[in-house]
This record gives sequence, C-alpha cells and structure tokens, in this order.
Amino acid sequence: MMDIDMPLDIAFIRRQFPFLRASPPPVYLDSAAMAQVPDAVLNAMTQWEHSSRANVHRGMHARAEESTIAYEAARSTVQQFLNAKHSDEIVFTKSCTEAINLVARSWGETHLQENDAIVLSMLEHHSNIVPWMQLKDRKGIDVLWMDIDENGMPRMEDLEKHLKTGRVKIVSVTALSNVLGVTPDLQKIIALAHEAGALVLLDAAQAIAHMPLDVQKLDCDFLAFSGHKLYGPTGIGVLYGKRKLLETMPPFLGGGMMIREVHTEGFTPADLPAKFEAGTPPIAEAVGLGTAMEWLVAGCRLQVANSSHASSNQQRRTGILWDDIQPHEQSLLQHATCSLQQISGLHILGPTPDSQLLTHGCVSFTLDSVHPHDLTEILGRRSIALRAGHHCCMPLHKRLGIPASTRLSVGVYTTKEEIDACVQAIVEARKKLNT
Amino acid sequence: MDLYAENILDHYRHPRHKKPATRHPPFDSVHSRQPETIVHTEANLSCGDEISISLNIKDDRITEIFWDGTGCAISQAAMSMLSEELHGKTMTEIEALTPQNIYDSLGVPIGPRRAKCALLGLLTLKNTLRTHKGVDHVSWARLIALHNH
Ligand SMILES: Cc1ncc(COP(=O)(O)O)c(C=O)c1O
Repeated sequence: MMDIDMPLDIAFIRRQFPFLRASPPPVYLDSAAMAQVPDAVLNAMTQWEHSSRANVHRGMHARAEESTIAYEAARSTVQQFLNAKHSDEIVFTKSCTEAINLVARSWGETHLQENDAIVLSMLEHHSNIVPWMQLKDRKGIDVLWMDIDENGMPRMEDLEKHLKTGRVKIVSVTALSNVLGVTPDLQKIIALAHEAGALVLLDAAQAIAHMPLDVQKLDCDFLAFSGHKLYGPTGIGVLYGKRKLLETMPPFLGGGMMIREVHTEGFTPADLPAKFEAGTPPIAEAVGLGTAMEWLVAGCRLQVANSSHASSNQQRRTGILWDDIQPHEQSLLQHATCSLQQISGLHILGPTPDSQLLTHGCVSFTLDSVHPHDLTEILGRRSIALRAGHHCCMPLHKRLGIPASTRLSVGVYTTKEEIDACVQAIVEARKKLNT
Repeated sequence: MDLYAENILDHYRHPRHKKPATRHPPFDSVHSRQPETIVHTEANLSCGDEISISLNIKDDRITEIFWDGTGCAISQAAMSMLSEELHGKTMTEIEALTPQNIYDSLGVPIGPRRAKCALLGLLTLKNTLRTHKGVDHVSWARLIALHNH
C-alpha cells in the first residue's frame, strides 16, 4: 500500500517525460490541447511493436493471440478506470470527436425524428456541436442551448425549460470546459434529463485527466474522450455507452471486425463492442492508452513503474489516484490565477473570484490591447507554450463578446516555476508590444 | 530574426491612415457611401482579426485610403504599411500585388502560421477594388498561391 498523504514528486514525474527532459526544458502550458507522454507509455507501445505486433481477433498464431490479449487488456483497464459495469461497454475509436460522431450518427439517426430536440451548453467544443448540427440538417431536429451564468456555469433553468417541452431526447454536455475550466453540475443535469426521459452524453475530453469519472455513479448514458489528453498516444479515443443502449444502435462504420456474417445479400453485425470497431483498430495506441491509465493510477509515483492490476484496482476504488493529483493541480491553478490577476489589463475568463467555484485544468484570459496570437507568438519564441484563439469554442467566445483568448493549462508535471516564468514573460511581451 | 521588429511595432502602435469611422458592421461586405467611396470588410475567423478599407477612387486611381481594424500586430502593421503605398495606384497595379510584396515590406520571415495575419490587409484591399468593379472576390487560397512574375 502506498502512503495516501504522500505528495506527488514532481521532479520524479518530470524525469519520466522525454519531452520535458530537453535542455533547457520547455515551459509547456498547453496540456489541455495535448498532454505529453511518459516513458512507460512509449515503452509499452514499442514493446507491442517488437514482440506482439499482429492483427487482433484474426489468425491463430501466437502473436495474434498475444496482440488480442494486449488489446482486450487495455479495454479492461479503461473499464476499470471509468468503473464501467462491462468491458463491452468500452468502444475504442480514433478520438473523442469520432466517439461523439458515433453517437450522433448511430444513435441519432435511429432514435431521433423531426421535431425532437437535443440540448447543448454554450461551453461546448466544436466536436460536441457540429455532429449535432449535421444531424439537425439531416433529420430536422432542434438544437437547444443552455446559456451560461456570470460564472460560466450552464444555466439549469434553461435545461429545465427545454426539458419541459417534452421533445428533448439527449443532453450532450462537456464534463469540463476546455476554456473556462468549470465543471457543470453533472449529477444534476443527468438527474433532470433522466427524469424527463432524455439521455446524457458527457464530453470528457478534458475531465478525464483532471477528476475521477465513475460512469456508474454518474449514471451517464454515454461518455467520450481522447487518449492524447490523458498522457496517452494520439489516434485513440473511447466511447463508453450503457450496454442496453449500444445494443439498440446500428453499426457506425462498416468493414471487417464489425460483422458476424457477410453473405451476398447482406450482413449481420457482430456483438459489442466489435460492432462499432470496423477495420483494424489502433492496437498499439490502445495498449498505450491502457498503460497511460495504469501509469496515472500508480506508475507515476513508483520508482519502479510496474504496477500490478490488483494494486491499481484497489487505488482506483479508494480514490487515491486523485487525492494527490487534484491538490497539486489546484494549487497550480490558484497560483496562476493570483499571479495573472496582478497584471493590469488582464481579464480572467470564468468564475468570479467570490463564486467559490473550483476550476480544473486551465485558466483563460484576455489582455487589453494585446492580441492572443502576438502574445503566444512572443512567448513561443521563448519556449513557453500557451494556446491562443477560440479553442474550438466559437459560440462560447461569441457569448463572452471576445474574438479570441489565451489559455494556460496544467498537467501532473507542471510546476509553479513554469507559471512564474510564463507570467513574467507575459508582462515583458505586453511591454514590448505596447510601449 | 525577431518577428516583432521595431518597424512592425512602430506601425502597430502608430498605424498610418487608420480612421475608426471606416469600420462597418462585420461581414457586411459592400457599402457605398458616396458614389466614389467604396468600403469593404474582411475577417480572419480563426483568430478574430478584422480589417475594413475605405477607398476614394477617381479616374480609376485611388485618391484616398482609410482603414480600420482589430487584430494582431502583424495584421495591423502589414495593413498600415500597405496603406502608405496606395495613393495614385490603379486597379491593375493593385491586382499585381502579391504576398511577397507584403512580406518584403514587413521585412521579417513570415511562416505559414502567420501568413494569413500578414495578408489580411492585401486580401481586403483586392476585394475592395473587386467589389468596386463588380468582379468576383479573390479567395484565400488564390491569394496565397499568387507569385511574383
Ligand atoms: C472539451 C473537448 N471536447 C472535445 C475535444 C476533441 O478532442 P479530439 O480532437 O481529440 O477528438 C477536445 C479537444 O480539444 C476538448 O477539449
């Protein structure tokens, strides 16, 4: 058993990331766009390439079997990470975006009719807007919006009002805003939606790396995320769906793997989860994602990173995983917010200071008479990586009345020194542009 | 080389020929105030940069130019520099301007990341005149593909 109160050893964690071992080390404050990858993940992927590389679920030779075992073990790890009831509720996709599209296409095409409605919040990423807009164009459904309050939280009154129409079939919301860092009241949204007979999809692209997500406790119907924001590889994402829902949904893409039988007249689809995994899946990437989860649960704290399944299970259940990551990231964000607020003309987006709302993962801001692209360009030239733009949230930026913002985001490996260097560089960049 | 060279920052801080009145509601592309004044706005949606140009044209030559806009230092400085070159120019001369002309006056290396920032003013200018002539607007892809002869 590990000591629960042991703080994260950030220096030790940083040494596990090839990207952060560069000299001089980059100041990487863009983990919300893509987190860096630890050795453990890269090694697991390389090991699969070296000794298990073979296609899954086909072929009788030993490597094919090893590869299949590795792929399915990754699925079990994801199942445990999310506390899903069954491993066949975990569908591997290429990304969070593809997972949301899968639901919009497969579930939406079969279960939605003209005049049905879906609800989104003003916080949504384009990935959780455009697939529904496409459905709107094809099926004649309505897309209804939850506006945000002064703290950036989606308005429950709007949800209640929409649900009262009796037309809402699904509420699709982010579990953590990739701009404001706020988490909507998920428990309440899910309870209200279910009461009104609507399903809930959670876009967990950001939340997955910053907070525990227990799909059974939350009782969400679908949940989607990408591996690359969770210290895993690109090209892999996950759709969680309740088994009874996934069973009623037709296949999304057609091809190998997703069929039981093909004949000259047609085909019958395979069982879950293969039904939704057409073609050769991203196998090395699935192995990498599984390893990233194990690493986050235990490996990042161990000198010898070889956690057994048993210990990671136990830690997940006791919640130790987040007990040290969350305080670390909270103190970073508080430090960032306080330091940024000292800069005159800098406006932090999101909760007002007296709201007592916790934010996670990122803090975004605007700086009077400094364009975010100039700011991040100047910082980038000093190896300080921040993101500028609308962060794929154009409706949110329009709602906030700004064309673009600058975002600082943190991860397990982020340090206060990096934030200090960034704040100092912002002050200097502003001086350079404006004096 | 520093992208934010002194001449760029100078134009950014003290833009030439910039007049707030030029601004029109965004994306309202054509708006004639007087017979010879033509106003046109273009925007870079991905970063929120926006430039409006107002031209007075007499005997096919530009007699007066004002512009207004918001955006990054590169887009604003490039427009300011461009505005200094326009007096007396004809439509044919404007049509002959290429991205390289803009990069040359900026005098710093402009990578693919910032090309659209640097060229927003040129795009707006060309399309202001094309609006005046009633011909199709030039697209981003076409503009970026234009080379010096
Ligand atoms: C909230 C949110 N949703 C969805 C996505 C899309 O993720 P991906 O591009 O990996 O599919 C992102 C990524 O930026 C995100 O932040």
